[in-house]
Amino acid sequence: MRVSLSWLAESVELPKGSTADSVMAELVKVGLEEEGSHSFSLVGPIVVGQVLEFVEEEQSNGKTIRWCQVRVAPSGAKAADGGLDVRGIVCGARNFELNDKVVVTLPGAVLPGDFKIAVRSTYGHTSDGMIASARELGVSDDHDGILRLSTIGLDPEIGSDALALLHLSDEAAEVNVTPDRGYCFSIRGIAREFSHATGAVFTDPISKVTPVKSNGFGLKISDASPIRGKVGSTKFVVVSASNVNAKAQTPAWMVSRLKLSGMRSISVVVDITNYVMLELGQPIHAYDQSKVKDGLTVRRAKKGENLVTLDGQTRALHAEDLVIADASGAIGLAGVMGGQSTEVSDSTTSVLIEAANFDGVSIARTARRHKLPSEASKRFERGVDPKIAEYAAARVVQLLVELTGAKADALGAFFDETPEISKVFLPETFASSITGVEYTSDEIVSTLTDIGCVVASVSDGYEVLPPSWRPDLTHKTDLVEEVARITGYERIPSRLPVAPPGKGLTSRQKQRRAVANQLAATGHTEVLNYPFLTNSQNSYFADEKATRVLLANAMQEEVNELRLSMLPGLIDAAKRNLSRTITDLAIYEIGLAFLPSASADKVSLPIGTALPSAKELAKLHASIPNQPLTLGAVFVGDRLSQQVGRKAIKSSYSDAIQAARTAAHAVGVEIYLEQATPIGYHPGRTAAIKVQGSDELLGYAGELHPELASENDLPRQVAILEMSLEVLFANAPELISAQAVYTHPAATQDLSLVISQDVPAGDVLEVLRAAAGELLEDIVLVDDYRGNNLDADKKSLTFALRFRATDRTLTQVEATESRDAAVAAANAKFGATIRT
Amino acid sequence: MPEHSPITKASVDAMVSDALKLIQSATDLASLKAVRASAVGDGSAIAALSSSLGKLPADQKADAGKLITAARTSVNEAFASKEAEFYAVEQAAKLEAEKVDVTASPQTQVLGARHPLSLLQDEISDIFIGMGWEIAEGPEVESEWFNFDALNFDADHPARAMQDTFFVEPVEQHLVLRTHTSPVQVRSLLERDLPVYVLCPGRVFRTDELDATHTPVFHQVEGLAVDKGLTMADLKGTLEHFARIMFGPDAKIRLRPSFFPFTEPSAELDVWHPGAKGGARWVEWGGCGMVNPNVLRAAGIDPEVYSGFAFGMGIERTLMFRNDVKDMHDMVEADVRFSQQFGVVL
Repeated sequence: MRVSLSWLAESVELPKGSTADSVMAELVKVGLEEEGSHSFSLVGPIVVGQVLEFVEEEQSNGKTIRWCQVRVAPSGAKAADGGLDVRGIVCGARNFELNDKVVVTLPGAVLPGDFKIAVRSTYGHTSDGMIASARELGVSDDHDGILRLSTIGLDPEIGSDALALLHLSDEAAEVNVTPDRGYCFSIRGIAREFSHATGAVFTDPISKVTPVKSNGFGLKISDASPIRGKVGSTKFVVVSASNVNAKAQTPAWMVSRLKLSGMRSISVVVDITNYVMLELGQPIHAYDQSKVKDGLTVRRAKKGENLVTLDGQTRALHAEDLVIADASGAIGLAGVMGGQSTEVSDSTTSVLIEAANFDGVSIARTARRHKLPSEASKRFERGVDPKIAEYAAARVVQLLVELTGAKADALGAFFDETPEISKVFLPETFASSITGVEYTSDEIVSTLTDIGCVVASVSDGYEVLPPSWRPDLTHKTDLVEEVARITGYERIPSRLPVAPPGKGLTSRQKQRRAVANQLAATGHTEVLNYPFLTNSQNSYFADEKATRVLLANAMQEEVNELRLSMLPGLIDAAKRNLSRTITDLAIYEIGLAFLPSASADKVSLPIGTALPSAKELAKLHASIPNQPLTLGAVFVGDRLSQQVGRKAIKSSYSDAIQAARTAAHAVGVEIYLEQATPIGYHPGRTAAIKVQGSDELLGYAGELHPELASENDLPRQVAILEMSLEVLFANAPELISAQAVYTHPAATQDLSLVISQDVPAGDVLEVLRAAAGELLEDIVLVDDYRGNNLDADKKSLTFALRFRATDRTLTQVEATESRDAAVAAANAKFGATIRT
Repeated sequence: MPEHSPITKASVDAMVSDALKLIQSATDLASLKAVRASAVGDGSAIAALSSSLGKLPADQKADAGKLITAARTSVNEAFASKEAEFYAVEQAAKLEAEKVDVTASPQTQVLGARHPLSLLQDEISDIFIGMGWEIAEGPEVESEWFNFDALNFDADHPARAMQDTFFVEPVEQHLVLRTHTSPVQVRSLLERDLPVYVLCPGRVFRTDELDATHTPVFHQVEGLAVDKGLTMADLKGTLEHFARIMFGPDAKIRLRPSFFPFTEPSAELDVWHPGAKGGARWVEWGGCGMVNPNVLRAAGIDPEVYSGFAFGMGIERTLMFRNDVKDMHDMVEADVRFSQQFGVVL
């Protein structure tokens, strides 16, 4: 909400020298957060001038300019800038006439956008200032050329200050109004709050108006289907004015205030309705009375009914929409936007004014349904003071009389079924028990009275009747907030509560951290990516037919899927880094993947503030997609770059596998590998990662399919890893039981086996480990040799074995027996033979 | 006439002198090794003399033996000393030859990094763990009931519209990307025994275009305490403690009246940031308030018995003013240089 200071000062005493900033600094204390200040950004000298003569000169660029002599000070007097009383000024516009009074910006003046006016040579003349348009002054968006003061009814003295004349020295403070305080969408509300913040005297603007209550005009309120039990309109005031001159100019002071409030001046009648809405918070609609056929009816829209709204759009109405209708059908969307058929125009001479109160929920739904958030709907949604309609209507008539020469008619209608406001009981010590401040009884009574409540002290507390403009005050806690905010939050003391002894991080939280930290410690860099993907990206690693969680309102239409996999986001991140010439990457992300829930049933939400039933809660939980915590990693370029004395080591599948091993190790899980061909991965260079013991699949590590790499403008060899941290953590030991560390001397042996190239080394190792028996302490694959001295389809695998007995020094003979047992098993299973 | 002993002082001295000359003639370990046999080894003159000792008459053996032992000792010492001297020289030369330019030492392992937004969440969690609180989590795709209704956002209330919500298809399923970490409040109250003191860090979503200060995907941390007798003073004390650990002992906090559907009274939270770039100042930090009784009721808790407070702040925003990050893009674009400048500390 923007408030002009001059306007605000009509309802509350502003201290001398107040600025938008000083006003905002006060309002923030009562909960109206500052948003910024607004002004016309004009610096004088800007004066009234009179065009004495002009010559039209056609220019080589085809443009015709006027070379004018303009009087900017009374004859013989000095102008506001200290210069001559008559100036030569070049002007591009030609809409003015001789002797017109105009606004002249003299050298030294500054216009919006830091446009500095200076003497300048142009079109063969020395132009000594500028004749300004309304647009250049920031008053309107008018393209009609120079502002001729006579057209807005002004005939000021030559040389007088045009800023004062046009009310352009005013400024506005803009504050954020929270949804609970609809009444602050008005000068009236802000002035009241300023008074609460500073103690300045508040004068209710409605006190200057005599409310109307006329009759004779047909009005019917007929709501056949109230929404959530609330009738669409509980108050409706109509009054008419005749003899209106709709072509009258809106006076400068009103234009200025509307402009500072963020509204354009449209026509005098519309301007007046907007002005009164801003002043009192009551949305107003004005109809051309001659176009309204018979009386008005407030009802829900009929099936198939259409309405052309003021913006020219034809709107198909919904049975829930509340409309204002006449004999011809709907002529307005109640509380949202009026209709074109009864719009006020220049030729309007009699105006019907509507000031009504509509149900906020109904208005909110209609505004959302038709995507028509308006100044009116914003106010109704948050609640309009139901007692001011008759004052607002009277204020409109007052201004129509004053500014358009209208005559107030006795004709009108008055409907009022405003429900009674409920009293709220505030127990004596309740406020203190919530805020920790010891309030005196006087403080509670006086602050609540200040904000407009009627407070009665009863034996153990207060009976409080909230004011009509505070529909949000329905509960004792609401009253506590008022007491706390008016007396000041700075009075709240500070006390550190002692929580019961906590259990620290959960296993899962510790495991997540351990994985993240261990990966960082081993040369991986954590990144965070948006989980939004295109359908094509989300199909890189998933069956195209796999269902996904889709966004109904994605920010970019085609990026509307939630990730099934961490990898597409990481690939995008890699691309972005590469585009910045960061070419060697080992990046990882830990986050949620989104898998659709099995049931896509419609869920009806338990509405209200009671605990839902166990069944309802279970249904809610079941509707939520599975969101497993997942680790993804991508490696591009070199894992270790070329340096002094060493060659670069290119990232490969083994880096991805090592990252999996590192992550598993961080939580005490051992993994093993199996050759695998998952979608999106290189079919020959990818491992399934499985848990030792449970054999559960954690995920895959290997290389990106080269076609996907190419599609994403990545180098051919990109290593990737993705694994489920849910499965990993489920397999992590809660506790590791220690094994004794045996110290008898070990015997080591190397073993080279010749074996078919098809047999995975990992399988051979597992067979050897199992068959070697308990004496085998450690076994490592140290070489895979192919080539000379071997058959073409064979390879030689070399393992280093370490044997140790728990209770004695092992002899080589014993070690050899174990080794031979292992070899025999490998021979039996894979036909392996010892290499000689 | 008894045979005169051949082992006289003069002859032994001469042998010693010859041996010492040999030792002195050596120029390095190799040449010293070459003279070892003839100077001190079994083939040396003194060794030969020594082996003849047995043939001497018994009365001469003792004196001759002493002479030979003395001779061997002096030659051995001279040899050992020479050997040590040459060894030292050779070692020095070898070490000199092994000298490298240590300033050109290669990096044998790449250094990794955590993302600072993750680190900051961990750091804040640790502060509250230290106070006995626990860390709670919830899903990112959330039911509207948890995200709005249970938090006292009426289906038709404008506060619900001001949240810029991402909805999941089909909308009849009433799923959203959570717009705040507050649904974890309700989940915690439903899942845990009272009293509850939990902190909920996590990722949240709103339909804001990415610019220097906004991102559609960001992080929040939410605190919730529900106990008997909690007041706004407890809220203030908790936030003050938190602020001092985050921003130093001179940090303080300020509450300003505001509105959130799930708290009443509600407040905006400013922190006095003593280390702010360009001088200490007040910075908007988050929102807070006393848990609205309707939220407690939605979780089946009697607001006449229990009260609570809640607070929440943006992790991105906190990182921006705590660590002087100037542009939101740096935090969301996954440029590794951003994470790497922090490494594993903030």
